[in-house]
Amino acid sequence: MKKIYMDYVATNPLHPDVLDAMMPYFKEEYGNPLSLYPPGLNARKAIEGARESTAALINAKAKEIIFTSSGAESNNFAIKGIAYALQNKGTHIIVSKIEHHSVLNTARFLEKSGFAVTYLPVDENGLINPEDVKKAITNETILVSVIHASPEIGTIEPVAEIGKIVKEKGIMFHTDAVSTVGNIPVDVETINADLISFTAHQFYGPKGAGALYLKGGTRIVPLIYGGIQEGGRRAGTENVPAIVGMGKAAEIAKRNLQTRMDHVTPLRDKLINQALTVENVFLTGDRENRLPGHASFVVDFIEGEAMLLLLAGKGIYAASGSACSSKALKASPVLISIGIPSHRAQGSVVFTLGEETSQEDLEYFNESFPQIITRLREISPYAKGWEGTEDASCTAKK
Amino acid sequence: MGRNGGCIMYSEKVMDHFTNPRNVGELPDADGVGTEGNPVCGDVMKIYIKVADDKVTDAKFQTFGCGAAIAVSSMVTEMVKGMTLDEAMKITKASLAAALDGLPPQKMHCSNLGADALHKAIEDYRSKQK
Repeated sequence: MKKIYMDYVATNPLHPDVLDAMMPYFKEEYGNPLSLYPPGLNARKAIEGARESTAALINAKAKEIIFTSSGAESNNFAIKGIAYALQNKGTHIIVSKIEHHSVLNTARFLEKSGFAVTYLPVDENGLINPEDVKKAITNETILVSVIHASPEIGTIEPVAEIGKIVKEKGIMFHTDAVSTVGNIPVDVETINADLISFTAHQFYGPKGAGALYLKGGTRIVPLIYGGIQEGGRRAGTENVPAIVGMGKAAEIAKRNLQTRMDHVTPLRDKLINQALTVENVFLTGDRENRLPGHASFVVDFIEGEAMLLLLAGKGIYAASGSACSSKALKASPVLISIGIPSHRAQGSVVFTLGEETSQEDLEYFNESFPQIITRLREISPYAKGWEGTEDASCTAKK
Repeated sequence: MGRNGGCIMYSEKVMDHFTNPRNVGELPDADGVGTEGNPVCGDVMKIYIKVADDKVTDAKFQTFGCGAAIAVSSMVTEMVKGMTLDEAMKITKASLAAALDGLPPQKMHCSNLGADALHKAIEDYRSKQK
């Protein structure tokens, strides 16, 4: 059976050169980077090399990179770390409504700890209006955090413009750039952020390796206390193979960024155009300001998990923001934020493309996807329309 | 991923009834129709039955929902054919789940509406007999 991976936003396959670079640090170079004999020193050297290339990917200085375990850790660290570092200056934080759970849930935690949080709305394409950021800023505001691009709807936010507004007020600016770093150009000189979260497995690196860019001179409170690793800002014996892998993946991503974008962008456009020829299928997110490999839709009258299962039955692996496909059994807050009612959000399906996606894959997709939609609509009681369900409200117990 | 390319969280029986659902569609001359659920929070099942001599002679369904919801609908329409109305009223969420070799816990309530929709169809039929 064919196997077509269209879920690059969930994770990427590991680049073979990355695995090769990592292998020695699982085997012979097992030393603790804090040890003073050769195996330790070799591991230390490898980490510092990885820091150089990880920094270079976003045009930062090596000492501005703190390695973490994931994008989620970087987001937690950035938001808690700045909030606690600056709590004597103010207790107000601004985030958008379409942040990743690792930002939203951290913000909710801080609310319970006495901070005030403003959740910025987005328009129907998922774009944040920089003017709304300006309006939300108060004398108490210490941090603004805005996602660079949404993994659910692909919309790329005007972070440079937002950063400029935030920096003019002398406030800290963080962006969750997990979906963008290694996929589109991200440059600390132009993005106006003090903190940037990103992770290796979104650019063909290993899972378990993330990083936080922290602009030189920025004070932060650690999330993990312990030893002097990462300059005392992130304790714990370093995950040397993963960090080496992140460095290698960053080096390859920097070299191949344009080629990768040129590969996926026309494939994405083709997929979007194909999907939109099916009746009652709608694109979610912004058509122009969009991640190069990202195509997300709402398919009316059917449900996302059922679509994913039938797609998987045909060897196509994709994602959905439907309530049934989520562990929480709740419609995606991102889709609700862009004004899609819950019953239509059930038809969410997300296809994300990458290096291994081919024209043949798209032809196969183009045959399979409409068949699956037709099949599920044949089963659906709503095949002819939603018949007044717009007014229904959810009272069922979960 | 298990067999059928399906999701590992579902039994093979669920995947079979989901990928090859039995009794899909409307029964234009149905004697009873029952709808359960709400698309806003999850699944919707509509069940149609034909009744003769106090027995269900035919059953069909239309369902909006996930794999489990479609499999449950298919299973309930299979099970109920030939049953007396009183027997059909005894079909429960648990007996449907058991017939499908189990359902994941998070799907037991939101997707397992087949018995409720069926009972509503029977009530609909009975209310018309009075």
